[in-house]
Amino acid sequence: MDFTYHVEGGDFTNAGSTSSQVKRMLKKIGVSPEIVKKTVVALYEAEVNIVAHAYRGDIFVSLEDDRVTIVLSDEGPGIPDIDRAMQKGYSTASPKVREMGFGAGMGLPNIKNNSDILNIKSEVGKGTTIEFTNFFFAQ
Amino acid sequence: MTIREITDLVQGEVLCGEERAGDEVACVFASDLMSDVLTLKDVDNLMLLTGLCNLQSVRTCEMSDINYMLVVRGKEVTEDMLELAEDNDMVIVRTKYSMFKTSGILYAAGLPPVY
Ligand SMILES: Nc1ncnc2c1ncn2[C@@H]1O[C@H](COP(=O)(O)OP(=O)(O)OP(=O)(O)O)[C@@H](O)[C@H]1O
Ligand SMILES: [Mg+2]
Repeated sequence: MDFTYHVEGGDFTNAGSTSSQVKRMLKKIGVSPEIVKKTVVALYEAEVNIVAHAYRGDIFVSLEDDRVTIVLSDEGPGIPDIDRAMQKGYSTASPKVREMGFGAGMGLPNIKNNSDILNIKSEVGKGTTIEFTNFFFAQ
Repeated sequence: MTIREITDLVQGEVLCGEERAGDEVACVFASDLMSDVLTLKDVDNLMLLTGLCNLQSVRTCEMSDINYMLVVRGKEVTEDMLELAEDNDMVIVRTKYSMFKTSGILYAAGLPPVY
């Protein structure tokens, strides 16, 4: 099963609504609470990153028998140095984003810690694509 | 300690989830940084103490499976926050006390930190 969602940059009112829908769906199909939590924490961090740092993006969720794969593809400024962005504490978040409770520079490390497979591609001036997979059962 | 007892200690009010005010809280985490809250692993019966009062603080609880939230400094809790909280069976308590004062009172009363 595949699902597509759209996210607008700067829209903090709706930030997280995709994560919320995906959470309900994963619960409904009987995925264990621990896997649901790690998946939606990673997804929520990535969704908020689009809202906080990019202009707009699409989220593709693909469900298979043993795994969920989520691709977040955005149009935005891109990430010049991914290794640096992955460091805990590195953040370019605006004052507005910080006011919303984000901008600690912990999101990307959180995504890494909560995904089984993670791929980040980014092109400066174009956008960023984050793809991660979580397995439903221990590998 | 129950949510009701905590509410009394900080002279607070239960804004939603009144019917769950008898629930036991096992430990507390105080933070205004949502990505920090999202790193918590064991959140069973955890209460989030926060000065950040917006839709994203409730969303963060939703994603983290945190059911209890205590908002400090009497910040305004909006209708859409309450709606989202109710959709997720959360309890939101609000106090006029500051983060420091609230933490001190609850710690002194024996509520443990998450770590
Ligand atoms: N989708 C994106 N587009 C452009 N830049 C991004 C994107 N995601 C992350 N970044 C860059 O990487 C940095 C680190 O991201 P990370 O999610 O770790 O921290 P943050 O979003 O700044 O704060 P936090 O996630 O802790 O609230 C960001 O500050 C930003 O510079
Ligand atoms: Mg982030």
